[in-house]
Amino acid sequence: MKGELYLAWRYLAYHRVKTLILTTSITLIIFLPVGLRVLVRQSQEQLTARAEATPLLVGARGSPLELVLNSLYFESDVPATMSFGEVRRIESTGYALPIPVYVRFAARGHPIVGTTLDYFDFRRLRIAEGTNLRMLGDAVLGARVAEELGVGPGESVISSPESVFDIAGTYPLSMRVVGVLEYSGSPDDEAIFVDLKTTWVIEGIVHGHQELSGSGAAGLILTSDTANVVANAAVVQYQEITADNLGSFHFHGDQSTYPITAVIAVPPDQRSESLLRGRFESPDELLQIVPPVDVMDELLETVLTVEAFVIAVVVVVGLSTLATAVLVFMLSLRLRRREIDTMRKIGAARRSIGAVMASEVAAVLVVGVALAAILTGLTSRFGSDIIRSLL
Amino acid sequence: MIEVQDLDFRYAEGDFVLRVPQLAIERGSTVAMVGPSGCGKTTLLNLVAGITSPGGGVITTNDVEVTALTDQARRDFRIRNIGLVFQEFELLEYLNVLDNILLPYRINSALELASDVRDRAQRLAQDVGIADKLDRHPDKLSQGEKQRVAVCRALLTEPVLLLADEPTGNLDPGNKGRVLDILFDYAERSGATLVTVTHDLDLVDRFSRVVDFRQFHPQDA
Repeated sequence: MKGELYLAWRYLAYHRVKTLILTTSITLIIFLPVGLRVLVRQSQEQLTARAEATPLLVGARGSPLELVLNSLYFESDVPATMSFGEVRRIESTGYALPIPVYVRFAARGHPIVGTTLDYFDFRRLRIAEGTNLRMLGDAVLGARVAEELGVGPGESVISSPESVFDIAGTYPLSMRVVGVLEYSGSPDDEAIFVDLKTTWVIEGIVHGHQELSGSGAAGLILTSDTANVVANAAVVQYQEITADNLGSFHFHGDQSTYPITAVIAVPPDQRSESLLRGRFESPDELLQIVPPVDVMDELLETVLTVEAFVIAVVVVVGLSTLATAVLVFMLSLRLRRREIDTMRKIGAARRSIGAVMASEVAAVLVVGVALAAILTGLTSRFGSDIIRSLL
Repeated sequence: MIEVQDLDFRYAEGDFVLRVPQLAIERGSTVAMVGPSGCGKTTLLNLVAGITSPGGGVITTNDVEVTALTDQARRDFRIRNIGLVFQEFELLEYLNVLDNILLPYRINSALELASDVRDRAQRLAQDVGIADKLDRHPDKLSQGEKQRVAVCRALLTEPVLLLADEPTGNLDPGNKGRVLDILFDYAERSGATLVTVTHDLDLVDRFSRVVDFRQFHPQDA
């Protein structure tokens, strides 16, 4: 058998382009449907797990999917905002612990999530390095963010402007990194967490600037009365919050009207959940309350339907490719008739000639299947990363 | 060495018939088989080698009644006792020269590819002047070199019978002589029998015997 295997190997090595094409075809025939299946299953599990772990989500009326994708996965467009006062409204019902989230800004491609310390307890996020948020301007990085940016406690990250062409828009804010989270295998790894108020600083509705009440600021003031002071553009706005300038940061207007994108509502029991949902069922209600799992189930149902179609197409294409591969093999047998005759004339056993041909087919199949298995393994291993990058 | 008695052969399709009432070829002789195309020279070589079976008659080669052997036994007998050389060389394109020479040892478990066989292959290549081309593939060889590789393959098993089917048919005069020299040298050194089909009547003088096939061709009879 050693001789037959050697001849098969020499044949495949000599016809390496043909071998490569056949092997690749076999690999793709197997990998495409299986890999897609693995990817869809993983995304299904991942999306469902996150959604199942989040009982209720409250947000402004609009697309529930956009709300869920933004608040749970920090993806999608920014949904319509709701006011921070709604957090108090939910809290006052006593039916749930409200955790506000404001996901609008980003720093170097990573979403900035403004929230409260309750979020870390709710998601069971643990600090791997440094400390948790302590003051305005602090940032805690998800594990992957720290890894990708190469930033750790003591360094800083700067928020990205929403539009470089909007000169009246938000200024970048330099945020101190005080901690890095442990790896959680969830979208939290990709996020930068700051206190809710810090996101409002980025937005510009909470700000700190040069003191205007002293005599040194006289040249900066355009008009002033008992309620307001209007200064010119020479006033220095702080783009970094430090212990020295922290006191100068202040709110304008009613804090309860400040924007947030959603509230994660964590009811203690089923009854509270039902009662809370009842509070938001009114047709006049400007907010929506959704169980994220329902929204994701609906999305996955669509995904699974699409997957079934794609797999059906891939299987048909795969079978056609397989048929072509068989045809190529049959044709090559005809082309090798003379070679087979020569071996037979010299004294090859029919079994040996068959073994050479079978070994060639088996080698292509084995390598094709092995590559497909490796690719499937890699898909399985890095599926979550792929899914996150696709979301 | 070869005894053919009352041989009768016909192909399943067509009207070709080969009848050889009696033919004996002595051990160690060199025989040229001549005759017009289609008169059965190659067919008789194939029958003697046990590649095809006759409809009737007996063929004895090297004291073994080939026509009485099973398929497998005929293949084993052939690979151990007979060296075949073809007009079209019949080298495997995907094997290099050395692997082509070693081919008989890779396709039949009756032969064991030991290190002395490799040494012998290299010596043969040296003898026929292709030692520096052992790692080349057939498409990189001249016609004469290809036939020398084919001859090495036939000689590697140290056969007692060499059957050559127009071995010089595709060669220029220089290579014709060289290939025949190799075959004759081997036959002389080892005492093997050499049976060659040829159309080249200029070469037949070198053989100890000439068998004219027109005598076996029924249409001519």
